[in-house]
Amino acid sequence: MNTFETVIGLEVHLQLNTDTKIFCGCGNIFGQAPNAQTCPVCLGLPGTLPVLNKKALFYAMKIAMALNCQISPYIKFDRKNYYYPDLPKGYQISQYDFPIAKNGFLMVNAHGDLKKIGITRAHLEEDAGKLIHDTAVNCSLVDYNRTGTPLMEIVSEPDMRTPQQAHDYLTALKLTLQYLDISDCDMEKGSLRCDANVSVRKMGDAKLGTKVEIKNMNSFKAVKSALEFEEIRQQKMIAAGERISQETRLWSEEKQATFAMRSKEEAHDYRYFPEPDLVPFIVEQKIIDEIAHSLPELPLQKLERFISRYNLSSYDAGILIQDKHLAEFFEGCAQLYSENITPVSSIKNNKENRDNTDHTHILKGVSKKITNWIIGPLQQELNSRKSDINTIELKLEDFVKLIALVESGSVSNLVGKDVLKFMLDSGKGPEAIIAEQGLAQVSDTGALEKIVDEILNEHAQIANQVKEGKESAIGFLVGQSMRKTHGKANPKLLGEIIKRRLLNG
Amino acid sequence: MNLNELTAHELRDLIKAQKTNTTDIRDSLLDKIKRADSKVKAYVRTFDTPKDFKEIDTAAGIPISIKDNICIKDQETTCGSKILKGFKSPYDATVVKKLKQSGVSFIGATNMDEFAFGSSTENSCYGPTHNPWNLDCVPGGSSGGSAAAVAAHEAIWALGSDTGGSIRQPASFCGIVGLKPTYGRVSRFGLIAFASSLDQIGPLAKDVTDSAILLNIIAGHDENDSTCAEVKVPDYTKSLVKDVKGLKIGIPKECFIDGLDPEVKTAVMEAIETLKEQGAIFKKVSLPHAQYAVATYYIVATAEASSNLARFDGVQYGFRTHPEQSRRTPLIDMYEETRDKGFGSEAKRRIMLGTYSLSSGYYDAYYLRGQKVRTLIKNDLDKIFEECHAIITPTSPTTAFKIGEKVEDPLAMYLSDIYTIPANLAGVPAISIPCGFAKNGLPIGLQITTKPFDEETLFRIAYTYEQSTDWHKQKPKL
Repeated sequence: MNTFETVIGLEVHLQLNTDTKIFCGCGNIFGQAPNAQTCPVCLGLPGTLPVLNKKALFYAMKIAMALNCQISPYIKFDRKNYYYPDLPKGYQISQYDFPIAKNGFLMVNAHGDLKKIGITRAHLEEDAGKLIHDTAVNCSLVDYNRTGTPLMEIVSEPDMRTPQQAHDYLTALKLTLQYLDISDCDMEKGSLRCDANVSVRKMGDAKLGTKVEIKNMNSFKAVKSALEFEEIRQQKMIAAGERISQETRLWSEEKQATFAMRSKEEAHDYRYFPEPDLVPFIVEQKIIDEIAHSLPELPLQKLERFISRYNLSSYDAGILIQDKHLAEFFEGCAQLYSENITPVSSIKNNKENRDNTDHTHILKGVSKKITNWIIGPLQQELNSRKSDINTIELKLEDFVKLIALVESGSVSNLVGKDVLKFMLDSGKGPEAIIAEQGLAQVSDTGALEKIVDEILNEHAQIANQVKEGKESAIGFLVGQSMRKTHGKANPKLLGEIIKRRLLNG
Repeated sequence: MNLNELTAHELRDLIKAQKTNTTDIRDSLLDKIKRADSKVKAYVRTFDTPKDFKEIDTAAGIPISIKDNICIKDQETTCGSKILKGFKSPYDATVVKKLKQSGVSFIGATNMDEFAFGSSTENSCYGPTHNPWNLDCVPGGSSGGSAAAVAAHEAIWALGSDTGGSIRQPASFCGIVGLKPTYGRVSRFGLIAFASSLDQIGPLAKDVTDSAILLNIIAGHDENDSTCAEVKVPDYTKSLVKDVKGLKIGIPKECFIDGLDPEVKTAVMEAIETLKEQGAIFKKVSLPHAQYAVATYYIVATAEASSNLARFDGVQYGFRTHPEQSRRTPLIDMYEETRDKGFGSEAKRRIMLGTYSLSSGYYDAYYLRGQKVRTLIKNDLDKIFEECHAIITPTSPTTAFKIGEKVEDPLAMYLSDIYTIPANLAGVPAISIPCGFAKNGLPIGLQITTKPFDEETLFRIAYTYEQSTDWHKQKPKL
């Protein structure tokens, strides 16, 4: 059936979130008033010279290391010459024959399967400005705020075979980059941009098909859709015996299709040559070592550690590591919970746990509970609030306390979820909320007996069914009792009372 | 005595003795400019006395003239080109900042070949500058305006820039002292680039002492220029001693070429005799790759220039046309017409040369090979400096030529820089000092070259020679 093979390579441009621009002292903040973030250097005014921002270089080296690349300690820049109004010098300072990184790879976790995607090269360069086409006054304006933003171009090998793989690669790449904390990685703001090269060949052909470049995708989903469209377009052409022309096509989000760029641009000769204003230099091994040392734990490493240290399923661990901060939140909780295994006195029900001094064992024991709370109720709350772990006010201690309160039976699972909601709304701790709202679980047998009396009266028919042996109906009676107490009753005790009254009485 | 005819160090002494002040000096200069510049045409504009100008009765306080390619905040800087008409820099070049901090004020901007492309100051959108020694002759170039202004006493001293001889050759043609410092000695920040790996700002002055004083002010590392070296700046005036005993000086055998004017040769040979009398030891040396210097230079310099000049596109500043007849797209039409009308013919020639040698398929044969030959030339010089303290050559093979004489023959014009180009390619310092006059009354220049960052030896030899002669005291009759 599958008679065609698709070959995809991606080119990602990543803006680095350094404090200042790559070759001048201007701020590097998104969304400033047009041209407010400029100086003679980034405006390319006559006589000005670039001076390399070392921090941008270090960020680039971090990326290179995270992508398992060979790092070039010889730092050299080149000029890429072309004319465009958003390029004030008439050339872009980039790296040509000595990219900072080459021959790397990224392990992409695609639904449990690990796939290795090669990284051809990654290099440092400066971003260009932005053209604003004002149709109202029929003119084009230039905003140079973005000019000189440090940019890392990451070029993959043509190792992807499906649009989904391209999507998986981008997701994995973005996650890795987010862990490095060197970029916002926000496609909407343009801090991460992606162009795709795609060709199609008959299955088994050794020679690659003619490559088409696609631009103008502004989300990972758009990249996938564009590749899916292009894949089919090219397959149809090959099947019809048509020749695919090497060209650049633009993705139209509106029409969900790619279109050849209107004017077929002449083949660019960028006339690369060494940038004479920046003297090449060699980064000392000591500095490279320091950068390597400062590298954080990366997503895959974290995944493996979570599985082994916390005994999590790879599914659960996989969800937690999708957000570095969520993963950190989980670890904080697990640590706190296991260290203060009795955060509330009511934990006495789990006496056996307290006696267990094996810390690792405890960790593994609590991790599942914490994970369930994070990827369950907490994630639901975050989703419904359209926020994330960074933007909400939730103290680690409060969250842990809440889980402990549920575990100890002080509140039911159901009430616990409500308490979490109140916690996020008010920023108060769980105990305060439970006390204020009288949500503590009722375990007073006398009070519960009274409630059971009422329920058995109200549902005499069901009660009879239970007496006649339909034990499954007990659940209904417990539920009704819970309802009456607004979830505060201890369901376990309720069940025991009902059983005793109907079966043993 | 006219103040404008004195040197900076003489004026400094008078200021110290409270016999004059900077306002009087400025007035005497402006008066001279008013009287003489209609003939010399050294200036493209003069500056009013700045509003915040304070008279500083210190060693500094001497006004200066600067080449039209060095940016002064809020003043027009045009590189002698129509394409930069109206461009006012929002910032000071580092050398300008340093001069301001030393209490130096600015008299005016001097004429130059457009973007420093030339050896005669004929390629300027403002028209040619005339040699004060013979108004029918060129002053040399590209810093011809600065050299002529100093020679004509329309300036006390001046700044120029030297990419292939643009300070030294006009200094030679105008009978003054011109220094190209070591590459990286003076910040290039604020110098509108011609060829970034060759350009260097330097002083044009009436004598060696003033050159040393001026270099003291402008030299030193600049965090705005990565190519500006972190090498300590000595007090160059300490090198102004009349003593060359035991110094070994090389004379490259390759410098006595066919095109060398016999009068220039005689003057240089006499200068060598003078230095010998002062105790210098001369030695024949060889620069085997010097014959490729001019060709190498025109590959490397034009390649860099073609890129450096890309920014003059009409988008942000300077000259822009609004083509009415659309040929391609409005943007490309604007680019093409702006650059067509904004650049002069020599600028276009060099942009085309440079674009060609950087083009895919030609890069290896031209630019890359040019860089390799450049290394060979540098190695030649390094080798000589292993056994010599300095090298002496003529500055230019001829004295000043007639205006218009070489306009139609760019290759002949390019040969005017045959002795000066190697110093730029190798990044070493070189100075031109007056060493005589030809029968036609035009000055002849002597070039001294030393190893990188050894301007001290350069000054010592130049000063010794100068103190043994009085060529520098001659004044043109205007």
